[in-house]
This record gives sequence, structure tokens and C-alpha cells, in this order.
Amino acid sequence: MSALYDLAVIGGGIMGSAAACRAAAGGMRTIVIEQQTLGSGASGVNAGTLSLQIKRVKLMPYAIKGHELWEQAGEHVGFHKTGGITLAFNQREAELLHERMALKSEAGAPVELITPARVAKLEPNLSRKVVAASWCGEDGYANASLSGAYYRTLLEAAGVDIRERTPVTAIDRSGGAFELATPAGPIRATRLLLACGAWLKGAGAMIGLDLPVRARVNTVSVTERGPALVGTVIGHATGLLTLKQKPNGSVLIGGGWQGTGSPEQGRGSVDPATLLPNLRLALFAVPGLDRFRVVRSWTGFEANVPDFYPLAGAAPGVDNAFLLGCVRGGYTIGPYIGALMGDLILGREPELPLFDPGRFASTASEA
Amino acid sequence: MSDYDLIVLGAGPAGATAAIKARSLGLRVAVFDEASAAGGQVYRAPSPARTTTQPEADQRKGDALRAKLATSGAVLYANHRVWSLTSGFSVIAIGPDGPLTLEAPNLIVAAGAVERHIPVTGWTLPGVIGLAGATILLKAHGVLPGRRVVVAGSGPLLLLVASKIIAAGGEVAAVVDAAPRAGWLAGAGAMLARPDLMAKGAGWLLTLLKARVPIHSGAAIRRVDGTDGVETVTIGPVDRNWRPVDGTEPTIAADAVCLGFGLLPSTEVTRLLGAEHRYEPELGGWVPAVDAALQTSVPGLFVAGDGAGVRGADTAPLSGELAALGVARRLGHAGDLASQAATIAADWRRSGRFGAAMSGLAMPPPGAAAMIDAGATVCRCEGLSRATLDSAIAAGARTLADLKATTRCGMGPCGGRVCGEAAAMLIAAATGWDRQTIGQPSARPPLRPVPLAAIAAAFDYDELPIPAPAPL
Repeated sequence: MSALYDLAVIGGGIMGSAAACRAAAGGMRTIVIEQQTLGSGASGVNAGTLSLQIKRVKLMPYAIKGHELWEQAGEHVGFHKTGGITLAFNQREAELLHERMALKSEAGAPVELITPARVAKLEPNLSRKVVAASWCGEDGYANASLSGAYYRTLLEAAGVDIRERTPVTAIDRSGGAFELATPAGPIRATRLLLACGAWLKGAGAMIGLDLPVRARVNTVSVTERGPALVGTVIGHATGLLTLKQKPNGSVLIGGGWQGTGSPEQGRGSVDPATLLPNLRLALFAVPGLDRFRVVRSWTGFEANVPDFYPLAGAAPGVDNAFLLGCVRGGYTIGPYIGALMGDLILGREPELPLFDPGRFASTASEA
Repeated sequence: MSDYDLIVLGAGPAGATAAIKARSLGLRVAVFDEASAAGGQVYRAPSPARTTTQPEADQRKGDALRAKLATSGAVLYANHRVWSLTSGFSVIAIGPDGPLTLEAPNLIVAAGAVERHIPVTGWTLPGVIGLAGATILLKAHGVLPGRRVVVAGSGPLLLLVASKIIAAGGEVAAVVDAAPRAGWLAGAGAMLARPDLMAKGAGWLLTLLKARVPIHSGAAIRRVDGTDGVETVTIGPVDRNWRPVDGTEPTIAADAVCLGFGLLPSTEVTRLLGAEHRYEPELGGWVPAVDAALQTSVPGLFVAGDGAGVRGADTAPLSGELAALGVARRLGHAGDLASQAATIAADWRRSGRFGAAMSGLAMPPPGAAAMIDAGATVCRCEGLSRATLDSAIAAGARTLADLKATTRCGMGPCGGRVCGEAAAMLIAAATGWDRQTIGQPSARPPLRPVPLAAIAAAFDYDELPIPAPAPL
């Protein structure tokens, strides 16, 4: 009979790892089981943008806490607080910007509207076609590629067991505890947290849940190193561009343009039909990018549910099972909401409320 | 309606022959190549600035291939860089007149091979170039890599490059071959099946012997030194596993080094399109899994030439014909192609044995990672030493993606083509895992670096298809 863990976490991304660290710190014997390697999913392949200007209003308090945690992680995750500028290039975008930034400011984000002249002063290499803009001094970025290595250190320090390259193929809960079938043998635990991002739907089905989880296929591109063009994080009023130049001179371009493929198919692919407008938008915002060579474009799966708010709380109808994922802005918010989840599993009252997956209970069915 | 029945990527001996064959069967064919003329690496067309009164055998073969392709009716898109593809298939390229996307239900990838590099201390000095790179200099431009050259590494390219340097009036200070002399004898069995090619190899060897070039077998470069370029090359013995062992370490004066360890099949396109691959050391490494018609696991996606497994230029045309027949049969061609394909397949297998044996001579055994010093730069784009990569592996990196995430190895303009093989050797050396387990690097567009302006071309901001903004 294999050892019995207090908590098994399926998914070694930011949220699962953060929850595991908190649970272990609270005395739980914890294991993280990851089908690939730590931080190899959305946690590791997103654009690393930390911008309060693109966070949802209702999630702003979580995002502000998330920023604090990434700032504390500092150089281990390549954190840089640069400030960020969001741009509007026509009247329609300007109206959108004004309306949205007012609400985000009300929600606690230190966002202010700035004039095109101020934009030109802050970032002389930006397009002169800016008609309106906003600024947030808290914005910046971290290096998502380092998520796996960072959490590996934290998990090891917290005494959490890590199983990588270990897909969970079935979950049996007939014997009182959860027994997870893996190619490397069964793993038993009294509590279970599903934190496997875009693979949440499949994992939920293993405990009899029909979760309304879908995956977006976000595209990110990077250029080779080039001369310094911009120092801040550049966004677009619609949210469809994020752009930042790293200290090494390479430029990272994102914005949530959709590739093809699905988590079930096992791979996503860049769609040249959406990559093209993504790069054109970047070039329009920063004309000096014209001579930068793109060296790589890739995709990552971002999970969501119909209301685009997190699934974070007890699994409906399954005792001792918990769900965590579908957090819009999940890179920013992940470390914080993961810790809140750890508190909930420890039986503590989380500092901020979580997002009960039971709101979709009509679509969940007891197995 | 597709633009063509078949698009061929690469106009070397495999791709050009595939296109010619497919045209002869009545297919509508387009061929893409990055170079300004067909021929690939082995039959690379000489630069127009060079006139030769006495073309060499390779050039005559190349000229014949170019002439045949030109009159075949296949459309050659020369000077085109294919930077992405989508299934089904769209080929997305940038050419002299801007972006070009063409569609066809069948694709033959004849992308050839790239050089396998095993880094040594000092290989980043000006004057150190690849063996395959040296053949381009010599063939296309008639330029010597240096005045006094050390030719080092493994495989048949050593003799080819050294003899070409001598023929072009240069001096070869030494040939340094990591394989033991016994390895050549083992390969001789396969060579006996191809006396013509054996004679070619013997000719190269004779050139070297006449010029009294020292040939060091079972030896490798320890380090290359110099201030602004190559000045000295220190060599030393290696064992059967290519691990450096104690022995005399002579220092050779030279101003250039040609260094390479055989060829790796170019599989970016088949990886990008999601085909299955296998690790086959005797074919140069990762190769697409194919059926008898050289069709991959992706329907309509065929491979030919060294990209299907390094078997050499003499075998490549047969694989091109075989793949073309496969495409024609897939399109329901009326003729009796099955028996024709069976005959060609038999020839291809026989001919391929020699090429694979040659490829095998160049293939580093697992111990070869020991040739890389801790201080040697492995990832040139990012300036990462072996020691840096080794510590990332010690901290848990187990795949090339892990190494990339933690160190940026392979994130530069080379996209891992130069450093990926050495990085995988380091993971294998540290973990004892086989290469199949470590896996291959993921392929992502663009397949080669492309300037943003070239991709974007001219556009009108108001016509960008910007979707509805994210929920508030």
C-alpha cells in the first residue's frame, strides 16, 4: 500500500504549486503531480505581462496582491516594474479606454489618463498616431519561462513531493481516500486539488464533474535582440496587444490572438491568419520594430468558464476535492489565488473570497 | 481549388527530382528554395561572378538537374523563405516580391540536413566554420576558409573538404578525425557495394596523401586559441567513445578551422505539421516515421532526401521519385505506378545503405559529450557555456524546452539549430537517458528569422481584424 498524502495536487503550474506550498506550510503532507514538467503549460509560456490596466475590475484586488508577490520574487522570476502605457489610435478606441480605465481606477488600480504629448515624452519611439492613452506606474512584467524553476525551488523548500512526466489516468474514490492511477503506480491522498489549467475539464470528468471549461489558444511572439526601443509595457485599448522589450533587447509580443488546436489534441499551433494582425498591431504601435526579426511564435492554452471568472473552491458534490483554474489574468493572480486556495484546503478563512465552482452546479453531476 | 497538386520544399537533388517526376506524371507542381538557383547544398550553383572553364563533376550534375527542372514545367520559387505552414497545406513564404502563400493538398519536404556541431573551447573565434559551410564557400564562391586550415570532426566531409582546399590551392595543416581508424574499416563493407563512391573517397584520400597532410584518427580538437582569430589548434587523443584520454597534445599553427560532426536531418517542417518522429542514430538522429511511399503520419505530407534520414546525395533522387510516385498514387493517378515504385524502393534501399554507413561514421557515440569543456560556449546566440547548461540540468532541466526556459539556450536567431544537438547530448550525459526519452525540440514558426516588416507588409490600420475586446 502506497503512502497516504494529506493533499494531492494535479497540475504543477503556478496555481497548483502555490496552493501546495501553502498547504505544506500548514503541515499537510503534499504531492504535486504534473503530466509534463513544472510550469510547462500556460504558467511558463504566457507573455509575462503584469498590467493592472488589462485586469478585470472584479479581480483587481487579487491582481494587486499578485503584483506584490511577483515583486517579492524579484530577480528569481525576472520581475521588472516599468510602468505601462495603454494606447488608443482612433476615437472608438479612445472612448473604450476612457470608460474602462475609469472603472479600473475605481477598483483600486492606480491608472491615469495621459496626453499623447506625455506618451511621446515617456516613449519617443512609439507611433505618433496615438489619440489617447493611459498610464499605470505599477505595471511591468516578469519572465514566465522561469515559473517552473522558481516553483521547483519553493516546493522543494516546503517539502512537497514532486512527480513530473506523470499523467493521472483515472481517479478512484471508492476507498474513502482518492487513489490516482499513474503509469508510475497509484498515488493516494485524502484531499485532492485539480489545478491543471486547460486540462481541468478532463481531470474533472475523472471525479464525475462536467465542468464548462474551454481553452483559449493564445499566441506570443519574440524577436531577436535589437536596439532599445521601449522601456515600458505597451498595451492597446482593446487589450489585443501587449509588448515589452526585455533588458537583453528582445521584444515580446502578445495580446491574446487565437491559434488553433486544443488541449485534448495535445498541441496548439500558431495560425498565420491571426499572427499577422498581431504583428501588424505591434508594428503600428512601435514603427521601429520593422527591422527586428521575429525568431519564434508559440501558443499556450488559457482555460476559462462562460463568465470568465475563476473556478476556485470546493468541487461541487465531491467531498475533499477542490478546483482551481480559469483565472483570467492567471499569471498575475496565480501566486495569490493559489495561496488562498491552500488556506481554504487547510480549513482557514481565505483573506479574500474565492470563486465557488458550485455556481455551475447545474452542469455538474454527481458520479 | 488548390494552386497546385504538389508543393515541394527544397530544390536539391531530392526535391528537384521529385518535382520533375511529378510533372512527368501530369501533376501541377511548385518548388520552393531559399537559394537563387536549384541544386541544394551538394549541387549548389556557382555564384554568377565565378566563371569556370572546367566545371567539376558536381557542378555538371547540378547544371543538368537545373536544366531538367527548368524545362519540366514545375514552377520554381527561388529566393523564397518559407517561414510557416498550416495543415492541408498552406505554404507561407516571403520572396523578393513580398509575402506569398500557396496551397496544395500534397507536400514533399526535401529540406536536406544541417550540420551537427560539438562545441570546443575557442570555436567562437573568427576563422572557425562548419565543414558543410566550408563546402559552400568552396563550391559557390571558390573561396578558401583560410591559408592554413585544420579540418576536424568526423565523417566523409572531412576528406571532401580537405581535398577541395588542396585542389583550390590552400594548405591543410591536419585532418583530425574523432572516429578510430577501425571505424572506417567497418564502414568499408557498405562501401564495397558502391565501387563508384569508394573510388571517389579514395581519390580524396590520395589528394591528401600526395600533399602529405597529417591525418589524426581517434583524435579531436582540445581547444582553438588566438586573439582576433584562429592562431593555434591544440588536438589530443580520444577513446572509442570519443572521450578525451591522456596522450600527446600537439599544438598546430593554423588560421582557420573547419569543424563538423556529420549531418542532422532537417525536420522543422514535419515537426511543425505534427508528424511522428523517431530517433534513428544510423540516419543522423530524429527522422519522420514514414510508410513505403515516404508518406509521414500526416496524410499528404511526404519527405525525401536527407531530411528523411541522412543517406547522401546519390540516394536522394531515388527518394524524390518515390515520394512523387506516392503523391501521384494518392491523387488517384491512372498509370501502373505500384510496380514502378517497388523497383525504385528497392534501388533506394540498396543505395541508402552506403549513405547511412557514411552517416554512421560521423555519428558521435554517447561519450562524445566529454569533448565539450566546461568553459566551452554551447549556445552561441546567448553566450551560454557548458557549465551554465550543466547547472540548469542539475537543477532539474530534463528537456530542451526546460533548458530554454531556464537559460534561454536556443532562444536566439539560430532557433536551436546550432546548439540543440549539443544541449541534448549534455542532458543525455547527465541523466543517462536515451535521446528518445529526452525528446526533440518543438518546432515553431517562423522556421527561420524573418523581419517583422517583411511579414507585416503594407497594411491599413482601420482594416486590421481586431476582435471584440476582452470582458471588462
